Amino acid sequence: MLDGRGSIKRRLGARLWLSGTWLGIMALLALFAPLISPHDPLAQDLFAGRLPPFWLSGSDPAYLLGTDSLGRDVLSRLIHGAQIAFSVALVAGLATALVGSLLGLLAGYMRGWIDIVISRLVDIWMAFPPVLFAILLIAVLGTGLTSIIIAIVVIDWTRFCRVVRAEAMNQSAMDYVSSAVVAGRPRRDILWREILPNVLPTIVALLTLEMGIAVIVEAILSFVNLSISTDAPTWGGMIAEGRTSIHQAWWVLAFPLAVLFLTVLSFSQFGEGLKDRFDPVLR
Amino acid sequence: MSAFLTVHNLSAVLHGFDQRVLRSVSFSIDTGEVLGLVGESGAGKSMIGKAILGILPSAISIIEGEILLDGQDLQKMKPADRRRLIGATAALIPQDPLTALNPSRRIEPQITNRLVDILGWIKSDARVRAMELLNEVHIDNPERVMASYPHELSGGMRQRVLIASAFAANPKLVIADEPTTALDVTVQKQILRLIRELQARHSTAMVFVTHDLGVVSKVCQRLSVLYGGKIIENSSVPDFFQGPKHAYSRALLAATPKYTDPDASLLPVDEAVIEAVAAEVLAADKEWRHGA
Repeated sequence: MLDGRGSIKRRLGARLWLSGTWLGIMALLALFAPLISPHDPLAQDLFAGRLPPFWLSGSDPAYLLGTDSLGRDVLSRLIHGAQIAFSVALVAGLATALVGSLLGLLAGYMRGWIDIVISRLVDIWMAFPPVLFAILLIAVLGTGLTSIIIAIVVIDWTRFCRVVRAEAMNQSAMDYVSSAVVAGRPRRDILWREILPNVLPTIVALLTLEMGIAVIVEAILSFVNLSISTDAPTWGGMIAEGRTSIHQAWWVLAFPLAVLFLTVLSFSQFGEGLKDRFDPVLR
Repeated sequence: MSAFLTVHNLSAVLHGFDQRVLRSVSFSIDTGEVLGLVGESGAGKSMIGKAILGILPSAISIIEGEILLDGQDLQKMKPADRRRLIGATAALIPQDPLTALNPSRRIEPQITNRLVDILGWIKSDARVRAMELLNEVHIDNPERVMASYPHELSGGMRQRVLIASAFAANPKLVIADEPTTALDVTVQKQILRLIRELQARHSTAMVFVTHDLGVVSKVCQRLSVLYGGKIIENSSVPDFFQGPKHAYSRALLAATPKYTDPDASLLPVDEAVIEAVAAEVLAADKEWRHGA
């Protein structure tokens, strides 16, 4: 049967499903990294350096995706990298959503001088180039996982603030908010019970997007060696190391790059899919 | 006995403009009385209702005049006290039933919230009251409706829910802001009858905002005609339909389509009449500015 609506629905489903599966696998790998990974991600074996992945000649079945120039197992490093990437995505994503949404809700609902102060702050904030800002922050805070998370929150809260503020303003103009005001319900109550539930789908969609961005930022900072310790198995760090030996061992670069790409893509697609799910019209 | 709601000399301005959007509006309503506010789009009908309830958009502010609700001057009260008084005595039936219910909450809490949170009812009492109300607005299976989300109900159903919700706390004043504009003609009639029924039973004072003179003749006892935020004519409904005093009111009445004669061509309001009434409004403005 040819039915336009049906095919749209199925495609939306596939998007959510595919991205969800990939993220689920990655999350499991991250969670059980020490149990799953076949080797110690830091263990060097200089005699087994630059072994190719399993389908090429000269490979060692013990190293499924080959080894880097120091003889470290690429697969194990990828799995432990997922652990770092997902911790950053989860913590930084949630913290950013919390800070940005709270300020956005306040600005969009209270208006007046609160809105003016927050909005101007956002304008000023967004004039800084984000990556340079991040590097500057890391330079001040020092390297380490916590610093990366703080840097992401400090840079990206504006993304939530802007969108949530606009959405809260939209909702505040609705008749049901007027009715609640007439009923004499306190402003706090109106904000939490009337406005927030209608802004939540937007926040969730942004949150998954933000997790993807957090993964990228972490990779960028690792790439320029501003993440955690130099030999820690981060995807960005692996890409940086792979870059130097791309002509001799392309797999050291290609695998983390592909995993990073798919993960970030999945995050954004998952967010889009969720948003469609939440949309009462499409639902 | 003094009127339940008195609006005296009320003027409001839009920020950044020096023209008034409400121009020295005065009227009063007794308990159990329905006043119609009529006028074309932008005449300030809804604005008056919003001014009374304290939900004017932030860009508009009241510059002079008094609103006396139950003998208390709203302008002179502290905001928190004013909100409490309005919450306890007044209610709103909004224009658009599609945006007047929160799409992400079920119907039940949307009716009972004010009873429980503001008036301190017990939850089970509020639930019983909500059921009663839904019965009163002729909803057959209140149980199911209370558990529904707004998008699961039709426009007419939603408007019924809103009416029930407005009358929940036995308000002494109800502001109905074009409650039938967004509905089908067939549903309009039922909803009007319903509002009339509830208003009469609870002897509520009511401000009925509309641009439909046919509706006014069915629901209201008195009416005020507005143009450019100024009341052009105050009249009782029978007198008005016998023959309005003001030329603009006459033209407005003549422009109403007649169901008895559907072939008659529609009569637009004459431009000369509009110019005359606009000039009158501006002249009054000049006088007001001199006085101020």
